[in-house]
Amino acid sequence: MQFMLLFSRQGKLRLQKWYVPLSDKEKKKITRELVQTVLARKPKMCSFLEWRDLKIVYKRYASLYFCCAIEDQDNELITLEIIHRYVELLDKYFGSVCELDIIFNFEKAYFILDEFLLGGEAQETSKKNVLKAIEQADLLQEVSHHEACIAPSGNAFLTQHSSFLIHEPTLNSHILITRNMCS
Amino acid sequence: MPAPIRLRELIRTIRTARTQAEEREMIQKECAAIRSSFREEDNTYRCRNVAKLLYMHMLGYPAHFGQLECLKLIASQKFTDKRIGYLGAMLLLDERQDVHLLMTNCIKNDLNHSTQYVQGLALCTLGCMGSSEMCRDLAGEVEKLLKTSNSYLRKKAALCAVHVIRKVPELMEMFLPATKNLLSEKNHGVLHTSVVLLTEMCERSPDMLTHFRKLVPQLVRILKNLIMSGYSPEHDVSGISDPFLQVRILRLLRILGKSDDDSSEAMNDILAQVATNTETSKNVGNAILFPLLQTDHNAVQRHRSTIVDCLKDLDVSIKRRAMELSFALVNGNNIRGMMKELLYFLDSCDPEFKADCASGVFLAAEKYAPSKRWHIDTIMRVLTTAGSYVRDDSVPNLIQLITNSVEMHAYTVQRLYKALLDDISQQPLVQVASWCIGEYGDLLVSGQCEEEEPIQVKDEVLDVLEGLLVSNLSTPVTRGYSLTAIMKLSTRFSSVNRIKKVVSIYGSSIDVELQQRAVEYNALFKKYDHMRYELRWCSTHSLLTGGRTRSHLNETGLVANLGLHSLTFMYLQLCANDLLDLLGGHDVGPVIQTALPTKPASAGGELLDLLGDLSLSGMPSMNGLKIEFTFERSNPNPNISVITIHASNTTEADMTDFVFQAAVPKTFQLQLLSPSSNVVPALNQGNITQVIRVLNPQKQQLRMRIKLTYTYKGAPVQDLAEVNNFPPQSWQ
Repeated sequence: MQFMLLFSRQGKLRLQKWYVPLSDKEKKKITRELVQTVLARKPKMCSFLEWRDLKIVYKRYASLYFCCAIEDQDNELITLEIIHRYVELLDKYFGSVCELDIIFNFEKAYFILDEFLLGGEAQETSKKNVLKAIEQADLLQEVSHHEACIAPSGNAFLTQHSSFLIHEPTLNSHILITRNMCS
Repeated sequence: MPAPIRLRELIRTIRTARTQAEEREMIQKECAAIRSSFREEDNTYRCRNVAKLLYMHMLGYPAHFGQLECLKLIASQKFTDKRIGYLGAMLLLDERQDVHLLMTNCIKNDLNHSTQYVQGLALCTLGCMGSSEMCRDLAGEVEKLLKTSNSYLRKKAALCAVHVIRKVPELMEMFLPATKNLLSEKNHGVLHTSVVLLTEMCERSPDMLTHFRKLVPQLVRILKNLIMSGYSPEHDVSGISDPFLQVRILRLLRILGKSDDDSSEAMNDILAQVATNTETSKNVGNAILFPLLQTDHNAVQRHRSTIVDCLKDLDVSIKRRAMELSFALVNGNNIRGMMKELLYFLDSCDPEFKADCASGVFLAAEKYAPSKRWHIDTIMRVLTTAGSYVRDDSVPNLIQLITNSVEMHAYTVQRLYKALLDDISQQPLVQVASWCIGEYGDLLVSGQCEEEEPIQVKDEVLDVLEGLLVSNLSTPVTRGYSLTAIMKLSTRFSSVNRIKKVVSIYGSSIDVELQQRAVEYNALFKKYDHMRYELRWCSTHSLLTGGRTRSHLNETGLVANLGLHSLTFMYLQLCANDLLDLLGGHDVGPVIQTALPTKPASAGGELLDLLGDLSLSGMPSMNGLKIEFTFERSNPNPNISVITIHASNTTEADMTDFVFQAAVPKTFQLQLLSPSSNVVPALNQGNITQVIRVLNPQKQQLRMRIKLTYTYKGAPVQDLAEVNNFPPQSWQ
């Protein structure tokens, strides 16, 4: 995989993971063009398209597009599964994840992605193991935080999480639907 | 100094901005605050500030001033700091900036940290964005971790090693010992990443490939376990156990099994098993089938009907894939059925596909045509339905094909003629048809083909060809074909006067190409009338593709195609010498002397020598300047063709300051050596030779644009031309 982009229906970038070295300018250009291309596609269109010399695999989950660029010899179908696995991980972690979760906790989205993929390839194929590792790392973070005797922000995460009043369609229901009609 | 606002607070605030300008203002304010906080070297809030910076960076704002801060975070002892620090490094730093090298030491320390999650962070960062220098420095550490018993670290180390190898391929060897027992792991994460590592190594080095072939039985066993073992909740995806691992193993097996019978044998059973056991109603099943099909081509045939159906799909990318796959699936057994579908597709598909589809049809037909008649019919169908989309280079290929099907000549020319009567707008069709009519015009009128009615009146045929000459729809190329065809018919039809008239009219055509041809043909009528019959115009390829037997001399290859006609003319003159010998040395008047490029004149043999291993190509002579090309294959590098150009001048004045320049498409490389001189003497008293070396590693059809500049009678002259009819042997 060369890169993965998450963006909203309005084209706002929510996450960008690059596995190839490119300048900031190039990344911006690619992002702009690719987002435009994917957003222009109609709902019934194929999840795969050829763009420049890459294969693009994308899937929309509620208000978010998950878009991966893979090389010629890579398997598009399994990339779709990878995208789906990532969404499942986010869902398990955040509990019925929605776009807002990813906006406000983007760094966590990155941490989860980095426990699932490394250098563009899957490093762990068991959902359970990825989540366990994240859990442990989070714990370590809390412990080290407390040890530094800073004003208790250990609970901040929880309180902030519960203060979400804005409602957006959750991704979870979409996951169920898509799993059943996965083709 | 109040504590910097929290990350989520900032996010919330920014999202309240109603305009881009408002957002920018907020960002700028926050950036200023962050900058002063950085200046104060505040350890407590550095993490929070960098996190905020990363958010703003994602919105598109510059964040480079945070780069060093990321490095400080990485160096911190707190896990929180490291987590954000490494994330920041991956987002803000890149290997083009020297700053990233400062990370190397930190990463080295963290790779040896006591906490595996810290080691994990370091491995992840190195594996995502490590530059070549960093990889070189840290490869040893990665190799160490590849041998650890900690599966959490081992799997990460494996992928990190993949990245190191991609960046610094020479280091691949050092990871070899560590791969020894990678596959004996039970942990799926380690297995998956190990297979990725092994795949990378095998793809890069044939030696590695051979070395790892012995792993085939082990891989087969692992795959078997995945399929046979019962439900495993941890790895299940829609009823399939760890499809990610299965797919990867299949991909590696395909690589290992390629061109190795033993390995392929060992795999066959399991491949069949996977194929039968895998349900394709879900995407994940298809994901596994995909690499399987890449390994076993027979399996693909089973899916042929699905693929053919996809030709009718609405989605453009699916249609294209289906088209490419269909062509790949065509073989001797299914050619008739497949071609029916593909021709139907050609009729109805979007214009963007037509050129590729037409080329594909021609190729497939050439390989698998069940009969010559079917072949010609197929070609006709393509020319009539998608004639304007057929590629330019198809025309000479088709002509060659038709020439080879001797028994079909009558049928072909009849059909082509009928097609012309219907429609003269599709240039490739018109060009092929003109050529055939010129060549086989006698068959057209003789009524040899029982199925079609003979064309009664020869004048009708000439009407059609002349019609092409004057029509607005005809391109200059097409006009060239028509004129030549008309000329050829002068030896087959009796209406010579009419033909003479046409030819002389075009002697003053504005189109230089046509004018040139007409003038030369005129000359044939005048000076060499007696030879017109002897020199029966035959198609190029019979001579140039290696037919160098004496019998061909009688039917000297007069190339009637575009661009070669003046060389043709030169040929004529050469042949004339030969034929004079054969005909018993008639005294037939003056023969124009032409400068022979390299070989000494010797009776009979010269034509053969000229052709020899060298195929001649040429271009229209421009204002008396003739350029001739001869070819040699270079030893030891077969990808290099050595082309020698010979420039000669038939006019009465010298051409001085002669410069020859050439350009080739991007896939070629060109080297021009020094010319023999820069004066082309008048009246063919000598010529300039210049050697061109062309490197053609992709073995593509050679095309060349040439530019000639010289001074003639005091005035500067410039000529441009494109040569794209180099005979295949010169570049294959």
